[in-house]
Amino acid sequence: MPLPFPFSAIVGQEEMKLALLIAAVEPAIGGVMVFGDRGTGKSTAVRALAALLPPMEAVIGCPYHCAPDDPSEACQTSLGKLGDAKKKTHKVPVPVVDLPLGATEDRVVGALDLEKALAQGIKAFEPGLLARANRGFLYVDEVNLLEDHLVDLLIDVAASGENVVEREGLSIRHPARFVLIGSGNPEEGELRPQLLDRFGLSVEVSTPTDLALRISVVRRRDAFERDRAAFIAEWQKEDDKVRRRIVAARKRLDAVTVPDTVLERAASLCLSLGTDGLRGELTLMRAARALAALDGDATVGDRHLRRIAAPSLRHRLRRNPLDDAGSTVRVERAVAQLFGA
Amino acid sequence: MSSADDEFLQARHDDAVSAAALFAVDPASLGGVALRSLPSPARDAWLQLLRGRLPADAPWRKVPLNIADGRLLGGLDLSATLAAGRPIAERGLLGEADGGVLLLTMAERLSTGTVARIAAVLDDGELRLAREGIVGALPARLGVVALDESLEPDEALAPALLDRLAFALDFDGLRAIDVSNSGLDAEAIATARGLLPEVRLPEALIEALAHTAVALGIASLRAVWLASRAARIAAALDGRVLANEADAAIASRLVLAPRATRLPVNEPQPEQPEQAPPEPGEADAPPPEASSAPDQEPSDQQPLDVEQAMQDVVLAAAAAAIPPNLLAQLKAGGQGGKARASGKSGALQKAATRGRPAGARRGEPRAGQRLAIIDTLRAAAPWQRLRRQELLMRGNGDGSTPRVLVRREDFHVARLEQRRETTTIFVVDASGSSALNRLAEAKGAVELLLADCYVRRDRVAVIGFRGAIAELLLPPTRSLVRAKRSLAGLPGGGGTPLATALDAAIELADAIRRRGETPGIVLMTDGRANIGRDGAPGRVQAEADALAASRRLRASGHATLFVDTSPRPQAAAAKLAGEMSAFYLPLPQADARQLSAAVRAVTPAKR
Repeated sequence: MPLPFPFSAIVGQEEMKLALLIAAVEPAIGGVMVFGDRGTGKSTAVRALAALLPPMEAVIGCPYHCAPDDPSEACQTSLGKLGDAKKKTHKVPVPVVDLPLGATEDRVVGALDLEKALAQGIKAFEPGLLARANRGFLYVDEVNLLEDHLVDLLIDVAASGENVVEREGLSIRHPARFVLIGSGNPEEGELRPQLLDRFGLSVEVSTPTDLALRISVVRRRDAFERDRAAFIAEWQKEDDKVRRRIVAARKRLDAVTVPDTVLERAASLCLSLGTDGLRGELTLMRAARALAALDGDATVGDRHLRRIAAPSLRHRLRRNPLDDAGSTVRVERAVAQLFGA
Repeated sequence: MSSADDEFLQARHDDAVSAAALFAVDPASLGGVALRSLPSPARDAWLQLLRGRLPADAPWRKVPLNIADGRLLGGLDLSATLAAGRPIAERGLLGEADGGVLLLTMAERLSTGTVARIAAVLDDGELRLAREGIVGALPARLGVVALDESLEPDEALAPALLDRLAFALDFDGLRAIDVSNSGLDAEAIATARGLLPEVRLPEALIEALAHTAVALGIASLRAVWLASRAARIAAALDGRVLANEADAAIASRLVLAPRATRLPVNEPQPEQPEQAPPEPGEADAPPPEASSAPDQEPSDQQPLDVEQAMQDVVLAAAAAAIPPNLLAQLKAGGQGGKARASGKSGALQKAATRGRPAGARRGEPRAGQRLAIIDTLRAAAPWQRLRRQELLMRGNGDGSTPRVLVRREDFHVARLEQRRETTTIFVVDASGSSALNRLAEAKGAVELLLADCYVRRDRVAVIGFRGAIAELLLPPTRSLVRAKRSLAGLPGGGGTPLATALDAAIELADAIRRRGETPGIVLMTDGRANIGRDGAPGRVQAEADALAASRRLRASGHATLFVDTSPRPQAAAAKLAGEMSAFYLPLPQADARQLSAAVRAVTPAKR
């Protein structure tokens, strides 16, 4: 695989980068949906994230790279029950798995190993992309072009954290906890609202219109293509900084407190926007906490809520026939009303 | 033919030849060429020219229109697998074309899904696969030649594809490609290919290209980096390791000009002497500023005016190549991009029981779904040996086993998709003011549109409004005769209850959408509302109501065409159209053909 573009070298697109960092700190956020025009660096950012994440501890030989302190049943089965004490672990990169267009269901959920079945007549489970994405990220470019039945399946698994496969009399259940990252171009087909609501954060990216920004995008891209290794080395320091920020935020996350006043604020914000269900409030709170952790703050305050209000809520608004403003504008308006300008 | 036309065609021809040379040096880095032309000797000659300049062993693969995923991406070769007793992968065209060129025939009709798969490969330079037992990434550095055989303006290459292809050539009017005077043979191209990694592009030129893109209203940044790659290749072809203005001018002309959405505005530059734009054909000759120090590396801190001059050169090169009919195109459909995006009609709808086949998916046939027999057998085939063994082990081996052991988990059902039906709602103003202003002509225009709808098997509905009411004259129907009759019987006179008419149109459109069909609204009025929602006369209230109804229409997201029937286009009508984010088309300037093209843009034809 070619070396990815460094995360810190991505020009602008602050909202998208923040959403990805929040998801890296707090996987329970429930996925990130990135909407944007062509050529705005959606895929670049997600693949850059993969290179950025600190490696994780995993059981050697486990196809689901289970954590040593939390081995799944499937992990133990696949290792032939070595006995817990004997498990060796190693550091592996956090998986960021691409779900390519045209993927077939058997490769996504896993299937029987065809080679073994044909050559030896043995039934053996061959894990699919969902297994590979366990404890990491599953990236689906152009979610709106994915087959409906695959989308439904992904959402189900992402919500339950478990993948169940029934094939040839085998029944396999394995962990599949991953952050779903979708991207799409709204001009090429809309997403169903039920699907949209399942994503924790929704960010919008657009091509920068500022000339200076545009020039620096092209310039960095040019430098990267001319000499990838050198360009990455140049940005190594910045990337390391971001990595340290993620590590520190993860450590801090549990200690970050959310005062009751902030919870009330979040609730009344959702109420004034008329977002359905509790998912909005929950996301708002989790995202604000992760943001506070990233910023090094011990308590969540209004300024955190403000920054993540739009990505947490804009995709949960109902269409209002009397208000034709975009959903981002509506969220911002409600925030301004509630928090004062 | 006038000499201006000759000159234009000559430029078109020369562009095509230089694009072939640039593209042949490094197809993958330029993405590809969009080639608009019907099958013709010129097209064949160009393709042959290109092929001759690629490395001798470079693959050259043709993608047929309705290609299946298995052939495009690759998958399991079932017969080989069963014969060999181990999984054998079949390479798809995308993998086979690695290092070469992929030819897309009738590219304007490619499905969104196929375009997205090709686009992903163009972006990554590799093919990521997760199909039928095969997971991984294959190298797929390739360039695309998209043969666009569209005739109508509404048939065009998918924007997602067009954005990724460096060049867009139009062969309209070209009779032949003269290969003899191009001067660059395969050997020269190969030399340039070797030189390319060394070539550097000064930052000032990147800036000049970025400036030009902004001046031409090009939003996508990909255009700029494709142009910078083209500039670098142009330098390599010229045997230099440092790109200069002439290279950027070529890139600007070939990559940026075809993407222009507006003409550059000439900013007044009093401190700059009038500068003659370079002849586009003479791009090889360095412009005056560069000739003083052609091979010197420009320092990063250049004097401002030199930088400005450089930008002018690059921009002028692009401006000279902007197609002459660009403005007309922009007028016909430039505005309201947002409305068009939301109004994707004739959209594909997944259907369970009707439509044309679109592959199969695992699942049991339920509720009228059809079993996909071939796919089911395909799914069962690899497991036969295993299952037979099991059967034997369970002591069922008395020889009476069925020939093929199919289990429930093998079942596949056919996926079908069908075009949604499109219903065009005509909302016709029959008030006094409109009656004076050519109601007859409006009717004539509607009849033309009706004929068009009929050809496309769309349904139409007609709402007429005058006096205090809006009336559904014709519920959605496919009958052209009935539609004509209802229009002919529409009397003129009375006030203009525009708000009421819009409300009625929204209601009808919503109802149509609820039925799973796609509505489109064609509003024909002079926009002078003078009857309010409550049916009371009064211009002020009526206009306020009309404005509110227009916003409601926009919020509803229905695709709308506003045909202004007043003798002279009015600002007020244009503003209303803006509020409803509709296409605005003033009738006095529109002939029947333009009108029907505009309607088709709102409600794209079925394919």
